[in-house]
Amino acid sequence: MSLLAFCEWLAATSGSIALHESLYMYPLIESVHVLALCIFVGLATILDLRLLNKVLRNVPVSQVADRLLPWTITGFVVMVMTGSLLFYAIPIRTYQSVWFRGKVIMLILAGINVWIFHSGIYQRVSGWDMAGRTPAAARRAALASLLLWFGIIVAGRFIAYNWFDCDIQPQSKFVNWFAGCIVPPAQ
Amino acid sequence: MLLPYFQWLEQFWLGRFIVESNWLFPVIESVHLIALAVLGGTVVIVDMRLLGLGLKHRSVSEVAREARPWMILAVTVMIATGLPLFLSEPIKCYYSPAFWVKMWTLAAALLYTFTIRTRVTRSERVQNTARQFLVGALSIALWFTVAAAGRWIGFS
Repeated sequence: MSLLAFCEWLAATSGSIALHESLYMYPLIESVHVLALCIFVGLATILDLRLLNKVLRNVPVSQVADRLLPWTITGFVVMVMTGSLLFYAIPIRTYQSVWFRGKVIMLILAGINVWIFHSGIYQRVSGWDMAGRTPAAARRAALASLLLWFGIIVAGRFIAYNWFDCDIQPQSKFVNWFAGCIVPPAQ
Repeated sequence: MLLPYFQWLEQFWLGRFIVESNWLFPVIESVHLIALAVLGGTVVIVDMRLLGLGLKHRSVSEVAREARPWMILAVTVMIATGLPLFLSEPIKCYYSPAFWVKMWTLAAALLYTFTIRTRVTRSERVQNTARQFLVGALSIALWFTVAAAGRWIGFS
């Protein structure tokens, strides 16, 4: 089963239709998505700024990370749950959205960035916990994190706009390829 | 009563300029959202501390002092982007209950943050008090209402 076929199947389920047509559930889920964003990206930004030596410089990096990470993870879990429901409500159009696909790519990159940071320079945090200047690898990870999450916010917001939707043709070759549009040949 | 003013604002060039562009509204909106995330972080980290969570090993005053410049920056960007968004659709906002909820809670949240909450966060002690807890809880409730009502403007 292709991913598109899966999305078509998903769109036909009663739960998806109910969510799509509901007057209050969809906006409610989207509001929770935004509130969780404040907590998740907000606290991630604080840690990134700490790694860039821009805030809480008298607090050890590991203390900021240890005390905030459980909340950051909680915020992320709520984001994924509400985000999945938003996808579930509008599966086909979202799957074929260039913005959604860009967002997924950036999410994967953000995940890789976290993994590199935690398995790399952060393993040796005891050596630079209170250093006046954090190591370059930590600063690089923080900058990448800020750029990726801000990019993810922008891409997420732009999913709502239909400029590049498959059912609005003609689109450029790139858009049709990147969005996976199935375009009937011109008459 | 305010309707004539909102109608007058609808003519303003900046709003017209945004309406005539396809891209400007979502672009400004995206910056508004990024600033919201930063504002969320800077508010929540202090409120969590007031609730005895997060950076609870540091004094309230230290966390608040560190967060403050970033919070002020985020609020400034929010207002600087929120104003043009409003100017692009003043009449829609006028008839949107969510808009008025947001404006009143925003005024309350700003006033509260820069008066009562600032005074309470000056405490140098690491121990928590019931008063701090209440101040933190009210702050979170106010700002979350502002954010949720703001999102709701778009649904009407």
